[in-house]
Amino acid sequence: MPLLNNIGALTYALEQEMEKDKSVVVYGEDAGLEGGVFRATKGLQEKFGEKRVFDTPLAEAGIVGSAVGMAINGLKPVVEIQFSGFMLPAYNQIVAHVARMRNRSRSRYKLPMVIRMPYGGGVRSPEHHSESPETLFAHIPGLKVVIPSTPYDTKGLLLSAIREEDPVIFMEPKRIYRAFKQEVPEEDYTIPIGKAKVVKKGEDITVVAWGALVREASKAIKTLEEKEGISVELIDLRTISPIDKETIIESVKKTGRFLVVHEAVKSFGPGAELISIVNEGAFLYLEAPPSRVTGLDVTVPLPKSEHFFMVDERRIMDKIKELVKY
Amino acid sequence: MIIDKFNPLEDEMISILNKEGEIVREDILPEISDDKLIEMYKTMLLSRIADSKALQYQRQGRMLTYAPNKGQEAAQIGSVAAIEKEDWLVPAFRELGAWLYKGISLEKFYLYWYGNERGSEFSENEKVLPMVVPIASQLPHAVGIGMASNIKGEKDVTLAYVGDGGTSEGEFHEALNFSGVFKTPNVFVIQNNGWAISLPRQKQTASKTLAQKALSYGIPGIQVDGNDILAMYAVTKKAVERARNGEGPTLIEAVTYRLGAHTTSDDPTIYRKDEEVEEWALKDPLTRFQKYLIDKGLWSTEKDEKLREEYSDMVTKTFKKVEKIGTDTELKDIFQHTYSKMTPNLEEQYESQKKYFEGGEK
Ligand SMILES: Cc1ncc(C[n+]2csc(CCOP(=O)(O)OP(=O)(O)O)c2C)c(N)n1
Repeated sequence: MPLLNNIGALTYALEQEMEKDKSVVVYGEDAGLEGGVFRATKGLQEKFGEKRVFDTPLAEAGIVGSAVGMAINGLKPVVEIQFSGFMLPAYNQIVAHVARMRNRSRSRYKLPMVIRMPYGGGVRSPEHHSESPETLFAHIPGLKVVIPSTPYDTKGLLLSAIREEDPVIFMEPKRIYRAFKQEVPEEDYTIPIGKAKVVKKGEDITVVAWGALVREASKAIKTLEEKEGISVELIDLRTISPIDKETIIESVKKTGRFLVVHEAVKSFGPGAELISIVNEGAFLYLEAPPSRVTGLDVTVPLPKSEHFFMVDERRIMDKIKELVKY
Repeated sequence: MIIDKFNPLEDEMISILNKEGEIVREDILPEISDDKLIEMYKTMLLSRIADSKALQYQRQGRMLTYAPNKGQEAAQIGSVAAIEKEDWLVPAFRELGAWLYKGISLEKFYLYWYGNERGSEFSENEKVLPMVVPIASQLPHAVGIGMASNIKGEKDVTLAYVGDGGTSEGEFHEALNFSGVFKTPNVFVIQNNGWAISLPRQKQTASKTLAQKALSYGIPGIQVDGNDILAMYAVTKKAVERARNGEGPTLIEAVTYRLGAHTTSDDPTIYRKDEEVEEWALKDPLTRFQKYLIDKGLWSTEKDEKLREEYSDMVTKTFKKVEKIGTDTELKDIFQHTYSKMTPNLEEQYESQKKYFEGGEK
């Protein structure tokens, strides 16, 4: 079993699937020869040729719009948007066409396509390189939104995404691209889209996180368990849309408390949705108001002030303590 | 005049000063006062030094990601020198020379790349738009400024920059189209530096030149040697005159070269050959202009050495100052410019973060 980081697992999954399925095509700005600015597609052009792995002009609407046509015409494009902050020129294509082609054609056309993009802050990047825009996609009917947090999940989820009949927005937490390694099985395995994972069982409170914040939450939880004796159930959401209500409600019914942790800005963010789900599904079991620790309702600051914005271990810990004491 | 006569489908790019620093087109040599020539050269030199120091600081782990300018000084300073104080500058993100010539301090520029919000605080009469990272999205703003100038009956000209990669974005085309239709007083400069990260210009677009793209919008397009500061100045000056006379926009393709990496996070050895870089290094705009000035008796190697030292000191001091300012960032900085007045929601978040950060380390 190869030991891989998140980027390695991505490349690995793409490589295996391209070998298996000749209809998979990979492209984007710098995605061909260079293998992308993060090297997620490194080596693929060499292996599969320029017809299946290639660079495009600098035009996101062109990348995503052409993927729509390609998917209609029998291929499975996996396109790369260099940073989530730069998907906005393509947002019109994503919302107006990717999300509703099935609807508009009464299911005659389906769009098996994946739009990959690195997202999130904490890496001291310039402007527009740090946002967490998952809500912008999850809010649009017709899109599935997936965020892996480990190399194992990256491979399993990406394979599912490519094999999915519907378009998938695959968001990659760039802060943990190379943060750690894990054994990733060689064999073909998939992780179902729409299913959350209970990372750790616990009794006192349910914490839901995804992407880079799963690690941040894990750290907080470890300290809390050791120092305060608080037992936390941690759920990695894995799929932002559709949300796995069942796993969350079941957990909250057991623990009676709920905290969602996300890096996206607070207002109208995914936390609001999750808390509504908990209120609807487990209200009578609650012993404290369901709550959230999130990014702030401001433009993500430049690196020198970014620490003011980021969700860190301490903020998560404080909130858990507050909710458990409530 | 050169712009209207130029056919981007057939004519060769405009050049006045050759590699050796000699004048090859006396007929279009622009009239520039000696003082102005020196000022242009000084800005080039400052830009070059500040640029190389930024790279050095980045390698020392003292500066964040930075986009180098080496080799593109003539394309920037030659063009910006052709506008007046009351004209507008709409930069992309790689225009150190243009910022400096327009009077923005190096301190501000460094602060921005250092990741400090205060790098974006200019006085209101600067007429410079903020740095723009999403590629080509600034061009429609430049056109809007031009439309407003027309509506208000003002004679301001708006100079905007974009890269060769940027010419592929929809917003580039929408901006040019608007500009042609509304006959706005705009000058668009494409800094064609050969590459958009790893993508060479030939793979960016199938058109022979970038200047010829202007034709489809009904505006003149002209290709200029972007490493030749005199040619850049001469052509931009004419374009500015046209704009000011109500004759509408011009698209200038400055053919130049990115001698360094795309940014400090990039590794150009993956995609480009050393020979190409070496060949372009021989066309260095700085040495070319310096040679011209020395031959003209306006400059000397002694003066040059002295100024280099002076600038080097000045840049070092500026960076040290920036490092100091950078460490005392305030929490309020990230809240106060979201709305004209903090909303109750933001007040609440600010207060709570303040308590949080006062209670522990940053
Ligand atoms: C809309 C958008 N897409 C992608 C990027 C990432 N990116 C930053 S610079 C760059 C290349 C720009 O090339 P060019 O326009 O030629 O300018 P240059 O960097 O060569 O000066 C890319 C792809 C971005 N900033 N904005």
